[in-house]
Amino acid sequence: MPVDAATLERIALSRDEYERLVGMLDREPNELELGMAAALWSEHCGYKHTRPLFRHFPTTGPRVLTEAGAENAGAIDLGDGWCAVFKMESHNHPSAIEPYEGAATGVGGILRDIFAMGMRPVALLDSLRFGPLDDARNRHLFSGVVAGIGGYGNCVGVPTVGGEVQFDPAYGGNPLVNAMCLGVGRVEHLLSASARGPGNPLVLVGADTGRDGIHGATFASVELDEASEERRPAVQVGNPFMEKLLLEACVELAEQHGEWIEGLQDLGAAGLTSSSVEAAARAGTGIDIDVSRVPRREAGMTPDEVMLSESQERMLVIPKREHLDDVLALFRRWELHADVVGEVTDDGYATIRDGDNIAGRIPIGVLTDPPQYELETERPPDLDARQAEDLAALPDCEDPTGDLLALLGSQNIASRRWIYRQYDHEVLTGTVVPPGGDAALIWLKGTDRALAVATDCNGRLVELEPRTGAACAVAEAARNVVAVGATPVAVTDCLNFGNPERPYIAYQIEQSILGLADACRTFGTPVVSGNASLYNETPAGAVLPTPTVGMLGVLDDVERRLTPAIGVGDEVLLLGAPLAQPAGALAGSEYLASRHGRVAGAPAIDLDFEARVQRLVLDANERGLLTAAHDLADGGLAVALAECCLAGDTGLDAGAADIGDRLDGALFGEAQSRFVVAVRDPAARAALEALAAETGVEVVALGTAGGDRLRLGPVDASVGALREAYEGGLPRALGAG
Amino acid sequence: MQAAIVVFPGTWSDGDCVFALERLGVTARRVWHRETDIGDADLVVLPGGFSYGDYLRCGAIARFSPVMQAVRAHADAGGLVIGICNGFQILCEAGMLPGILMRNASLQFRCQPTHLVPAEHRSPFTAGIEPGRVLQVPISHGEGNYFADTATLEMLEAEQRVAFRYCDADGRVAAEANPNGSVANIAGVLNERRNVLGMMPHPERASAALLGGEDGNAIWASALARVEAARAA
Repeated sequence: MPVDAATLERIALSRDEYERLVGMLDREPNELELGMAAALWSEHCGYKHTRPLFRHFPTTGPRVLTEAGAENAGAIDLGDGWCAVFKMESHNHPSAIEPYEGAATGVGGILRDIFAMGMRPVALLDSLRFGPLDDARNRHLFSGVVAGIGGYGNCVGVPTVGGEVQFDPAYGGNPLVNAMCLGVGRVEHLLSASARGPGNPLVLVGADTGRDGIHGATFASVELDEASEERRPAVQVGNPFMEKLLLEACVELAEQHGEWIEGLQDLGAAGLTSSSVEAAARAGTGIDIDVSRVPRREAGMTPDEVMLSESQERMLVIPKREHLDDVLALFRRWELHADVVGEVTDDGYATIRDGDNIAGRIPIGVLTDPPQYELETERPPDLDARQAEDLAALPDCEDPTGDLLALLGSQNIASRRWIYRQYDHEVLTGTVVPPGGDAALIWLKGTDRALAVATDCNGRLVELEPRTGAACAVAEAARNVVAVGATPVAVTDCLNFGNPERPYIAYQIEQSILGLADACRTFGTPVVSGNASLYNETPAGAVLPTPTVGMLGVLDDVERRLTPAIGVGDEVLLLGAPLAQPAGALAGSEYLASRHGRVAGAPAIDLDFEARVQRLVLDANERGLLTAAHDLADGGLAVALAECCLAGDTGLDAGAADIGDRLDGALFGEAQSRFVVAVRDPAARAALEALAAETGVEVVALGTAGGDRLRLGPVDASVGALREAYEGGLPRALGAG
Repeated sequence: MQAAIVVFPGTWSDGDCVFALERLGVTARRVWHRETDIGDADLVVLPGGFSYGDYLRCGAIARFSPVMQAVRAHADAGGLVIGICNGFQILCEAGMLPGILMRNASLQFRCQPTHLVPAEHRSPFTAGIEPGRVLQVPISHGEGNYFADTATLEMLEAEQRVAFRYCDADGRVAAEANPNGSVANIAGVLNERRNVLGMMPHPERASAALLGGEDGNAIWASALARVEAARAA
């Protein structure tokens, strides 16, 4: 088939890649084969630009049960036969075009990744990025995405417990919607997504197949432009009710009848093509699918439309032949369609039939061998100058209390209650620490354990120095988990960048991956799953480099959990750094961006020291010394203490604390590796100080909680004023109550 | 006590109800909506969720499920029935309770703590709760805005069939404490015989200190005591 440039552009395949495909096949592909290859060779499915870099990640460890990339999500051993699986995935491009359905189907997709492994999803998180809310289109995208996440998660009955949202002009036309899911279950119920056993049937379960989402994987692999609106048909529509039935049926299958099946795989990007081909590749088998047996939602669909449809809420089950009827009966009892659409073969080919005709036949090995590109990297030339900017030359803050209230009410720091009160965050009665704290904490029922989950990434730090900024993302996610008392154990990531064919972007990608790897190695938290989303660009430019980190932590005794809520009479201390900080501590900070309108300075982190500070908090908590803990991040010490006061509904008198001569650095600087903690009495404080001295970590006494004012050096604000600023921030920005 | 927890396609509070009831020593059994026999249950629970995806209207399809005949027969025989959230919506759609649940006044889903005060003390679900006690029980719904016409409301008030009202932490029934726009701050209502309760808040979630409170147990415990007393008599 002679192929024209327009066709190649439509499927986002380059002429060279087309020639490579012809060479591997030793013939021209037909339309179906070309569509399948283009989908699996897309950036979204094939990781053409990032896979070679993944080897830098530490991926193994004593708790890791799955080989990285081998299954749909990473699995972690929790002890006593329990395991956790978790993964984060992007749905950026669909959400830019159709925010409600884009976000909703992002949630649906990540849920299927988890229950495809036989585990019950117990928590959802969403890491979101938008342009500032003073723009009407950004408000539309933001409220649409929040509604879509709620609309799907609330209906399906899995709590949405956390995540983060940040606003920056760089995300204006291209929001980021990264959904993460955590599932738990028994190790013996873990399922594989492989198509083992030639002769075993392939059973398609769930929704009928329609034309929605065709070429979605391809769409996700190109930049957004004015014509992207016309790609609206590439955005799928979710049916969370169907998902709930699929979830229950699949978990029942895994928990009660795992021996009936060889494999279970979700249908995501590139639909039946990727699910069947990847399952066959895992098992070293082939597949033979008859598209005429695929139940359709609409008439007249061609074989490539059936094979590439991204209709949601579908699963591919590979039962053992002798249990086919059992499996069909189980799904039908859950009132789901289940149909045999093909079978596993031993020939290593993907053979696609349409009734009696062979519509396409292509080696699995060709489809799963996308071209790999070495990134051509170049360090952005302005980085050194931006890092070298003399922040001390900026005027120091003159109204510390006013600046604190402004930060607390700002879009990037204000309370997220407007968001999470629209999400059911309590269903399944396991949410021990709800949204609003550092990390969510989910009780593992039937045990004393709990799992902490958090997502993080400060794209400004990554932009200023990608390797350091990415390491800071891991550090902050780990601090969040530590702040609820849990030990960080593993990471999932979602790598959101612009066009990798641009050398500056390529540099961000490469350096970020190295930074994530540095930090994960130091913290002993292997990367067990993840996803890359490139081409996050509009004609106005690329998004901030945003390698979002999802961290899993384990707390062995749920009664030892911590929150930022300080109690009246508690002594409050700063761990990890002296109180006085130079202006340089403002590097990449929210204060610098909002007050001075600049993103500058040199981000810095000492990973070994960071690990020591985290260990200190965990050790102190294990000894029962702490009553509260909070990580220092956006807005620095002053914002962290305000949040502690609001959580505990108390004031704090740290008026006598000597914050040095640079107010902005001490109050609002965002130096890494710091916590605020609280202790109940002088004995606990002495024990904490002794422990800190052993590990070489600085402890600074700030003051005692009580009263109804926060005093911190020159800052003096009533808790009521703090609350009004903090709680009113997002509603004010949205112009709604 | 034996409880039957009805599971419709799309129900998701069934596990939470089992969790809460088992902690109180109740034997809880799930009953799939196609079953027509609920066994010898003392209490039937219609849990929260999105039965049939809320398609058409919340609860409008579930009321036709085969199990509903058995639920109705159980209620007609004086057995206890509690519908929570979507279960309340189903009971209203089935005509077993008066009124309807409209979209929240905010037009948004709301998951948040609320405070409830019992508005009567004669039903099996409230008799065991000390008068004036304020219960902290969360809501989680998009359509919990209770409404009934004036005649129905007057009848409900005259017959003291409002079971719970939303209030503030001090027990004041105030507009600011109303999370969804429900008329007269109504959070739960009873049928004429007082053996069928529908309520939007989720007592099964307020079932353990670890989860932030266990005030919801007071409602289950009240029903449990009534069943035990009836059995002893």
